[in-house]
Amino acid sequence: MNKTITIAHGNGGEENNELIKNIFYKHFKNDILERSEDAAVLQVAGEVAMTTDSFTVSPLFFPGGDIGKLAVCGTCNDLAMMGAKPKYLTCSVIIEEGFSTRELEKIVRSMKKELEINGAVVVSGDTKVVPKGSVDKLFINTTGIGEIEQKGISVHNLQEGMSILVSRDVGAHGATIFAAREGITLESTLQTDCASLYPQVKALIDAGIGIVAMRDATRGGVAAVLNEWAKASSVCVEIEEEKIPVQEEVKGICEMLGFEAVNLANEGTFVLAVAKADEAKALEVLQQTHESATLIGTVTHQHDGKVILNSSWGTKRFLDLPTGELLPRIC
Amino acid sequence: MKELELKNLYDDFRDGKTLQAYAKIIAEDAAKLDRTINIMEVCGGHTHSIMKFGLPQLMPNNINFIHGPGCPVCIMPKERIDHAYVLAMQPDVILVTLGDMIKVPGSNGSLQDARAKGADVRFVYSPMECLKIAQENPEKKVIFFAIGFETTTPMTAVLIDQVIKQGVENILFHINHVTVPEVMKELIDSRDVHVDSYNNKIDAFLGPSHVSVIAGSKIYEQFPRDYGRPVVVSGFEPVDVMEGISMIVKQFVENRCELEIQYKRVVSYEGNLNAQRLINIYFDKVSLFRWRGLGNVPESGLKLKDAYAKYDAEVVYKDVLPLAEIEDHKLCICGDILRGMAKPPECTIFGTACKPTTPIGSCMVSSEGACAAYYKYGNLL
Repeated sequence: MNKTITIAHGNGGEENNELIKNIFYKHFKNDILERSEDAAVLQVAGEVAMTTDSFTVSPLFFPGGDIGKLAVCGTCNDLAMMGAKPKYLTCSVIIEEGFSTRELEKIVRSMKKELEINGAVVVSGDTKVVPKGSVDKLFINTTGIGEIEQKGISVHNLQEGMSILVSRDVGAHGATIFAAREGITLESTLQTDCASLYPQVKALIDAGIGIVAMRDATRGGVAAVLNEWAKASSVCVEIEEEKIPVQEEVKGICEMLGFEAVNLANEGTFVLAVAKADEAKALEVLQQTHESATLIGTVTHQHDGKVILNSSWGTKRFLDLPTGELLPRIC
Repeated sequence: MKELELKNLYDDFRDGKTLQAYAKIIAEDAAKLDRTINIMEVCGGHTHSIMKFGLPQLMPNNINFIHGPGCPVCIMPKERIDHAYVLAMQPDVILVTLGDMIKVPGSNGSLQDARAKGADVRFVYSPMECLKIAQENPEKKVIFFAIGFETTTPMTAVLIDQVIKQGVENILFHINHVTVPEVMKELIDSRDVHVDSYNNKIDAFLGPSHVSVIAGSKIYEQFPRDYGRPVVVSGFEPVDVMEGISMIVKQFVENRCELEIQYKRVVSYEGNLNAQRLINIYFDKVSLFRWRGLGNVPESGLKLKDAYAKYDAEVVYKDVLPLAEIEDHKLCICGDILRGMAKPPECTIFGTACKPTTPIGSCMVSSEGACAAYYKYGNLL
C-alpha cells in the first residue's frame, strides 16, 4: 500500500477496497463485518442501549493513548455507564488526504486492542478521504450497541443519604492533553486515564451492588457530572474537597494554568452513586482496579439543584460548571 | 537540601488548621473594635482566592471585604476590546493576546467570534511566543494586544526589547497596561458619577503583591502617609490572605497606620529594578486611561514612547480603529461595587441579564471580577 492516504483511497473503487481490506478488515476481522452487506444484521437479546460519539482529539497520539483507543473507550464506556455490555460498534473514519498509512494502521490496531477488552466487535464501517485542509488529519465516529445487564440506572434516581464515589484520581486526561498540545511547552510524565470501564462495571454488578447512577466524567469533568445529577434528581450533592483524589502532577498543571482538576476531562474515570448500605462494598470493588478510588461526598437537600464543596476549614462554596473555552478538542 | 516541589508552594498555605487559627485571632482582635473595617483587596487574584476558599465565611461581622478593580481583563473599556476585534479582522494580521481576553464581548463580538469569522487569533502564556509566531509567518503582521498591571508589563517590555534588538519587522503592539497606585488613589479621591459624591467605604487595602514583586512595596507608601489607609502587601494563598487581614486588623486595634509586607518571601521594598528600568525605556504614562466601571483615571495607563511609534498598532492602524467611548449599561453598578458602596447581589441585573456567559459590566467579565466570583462560588454565608 501507499505510504500516505490519497483521495483515490476514498473513491469507492480499487484503492478504496485495498485500504479497507489491508487495514480495517485485517484488524477488525469478524463474521458479520466480512459478509460486506449494506448493513450488519445483529442478534440481540433483551433491552439494548445505544450511543454515538465523534472523536477529534488533537494531538492524535498522546501519552497513554491515541484517538483510536479513545474512540472505542468513549463509546463502550457510555454503554457500560448504563449497565450495558458493549457488543457491536460501527466505525466511520474521515481522513485528510496525505495522512500516513502507518499511523492509520497504528490507530486501528489500538481500536482492536480496546475492542477485545470490552468483548465487542466492529460490524459496520465507512471511510472517507477529504482534500487537505478539510479536516485536521483524522476524525472518527463510533456508534455502539450494548445489552443491558443492570436495569434502572439513571441520573434521576439520587436520594438524600446516598453516597458519591469516584473510581480513581481525577483530571488526568485533560491535563495530559494540555501538556501534549503543540505550542505549550510543558514537560511531564503524566498519562491519560483513557481506559475501558466495562470490566469495573461488571465487577460492581457481579458483587451485587445496586448501582443508582453512574457516569464517566468526560468533558466538563467530575464537576459537570455532579451538576447534572443535582439538577436531574433535584437534590444537593455535597462534596468534601480534600477527599477528591488528584495526582500531584495534575494539581501542578492546574496551579500553573488556573484550572480546577474537577473541571478537567477524564476518559477512564467515573462517578458512582450508591445507597449508603452499598458504599463499603462498592469502594472495595473499585479499589481492586485503582487504589485511588474513594468516597467523596453524599446527597443532601441543603441546596437542591446545586453542588456544594465543603473545605476542611469549615467554609462552603458552589461547584459550578466551567464556562468559556477551557481547551478545545480534547476528545 | 531537599528538592523544592511545586506543591511546597501551596500545600501548607492551604492548611485548614492554620486558617482556623487565623480566623480565631482575627475574631478576637475585631471584637476589640467598636466599628466595621472595610478592607479592599485591590487585586483580582485576591478576589478569586477569597471567594474560592470561602474566606468571608471565616470573618467576624465587623470585617468586610470590598472587591477592587484589579482584574486587567475586566477593566478594559469596550472601545479597546473593539480595537482588538478590528485589528484581528485586518488582512494578514495575527492577533496575539493573553488567556481570558479572548472571550470578552465588545460591540461587534469577542475575539472568539472574530476567530469564528476567520480571523487568526491566538492566545499565549508568554508574550515571547510572539517571536516564534512572527518568524513562522514572515508575510503576516503579528499584533500583540498587551494587557495587565505592573506584573505583566515587564514581559511586554522584554518582547519590545527583543523585537528591536533582533530587527524583527513584523511585530506590533497594542498597549493596554495599567498601574495600581493611580487607581487606588482614584477610588479614594474621585467623585462617583452615579451618586454624585465622594463616597467610598475603604478603610484599608490588602496590597497586590505580584505587582510589588516588580514595582516594590514602595509604591504603596503614600496610602498610610497621605490618605490614612493602612496597606498590607499580601500573598495569594488563603493562609497568606488570612495573615494579611489579621495584620490589618491589628493595626486598627493598636491604632497604627502603616505599610507592612506579609508576602516577604517574594516582595521587597525596591522591587525588580531591572524590570523597572526596561519599562522606563519603552513606556510613557498616558494622561488619562479610561477604566471600565470607573471612567477616566489620571496617569493610570502606559503607552509606547513616541520614539517607538512604528511598533505601535494604535498609530499604525489609527485610520481603522474606532475612537468613540462606549458606556456600560445604565443598570450596571460596577462603579459602586468597586468603591465598596454595593455588593454584587444588590445589582438588579446580577445573575439575570448579566452572567459570566453574557457579561454586561466589568466585574462579570473575567473569573477574577467580583461579580463573576460571587456568581461562580455563591454566597453561602
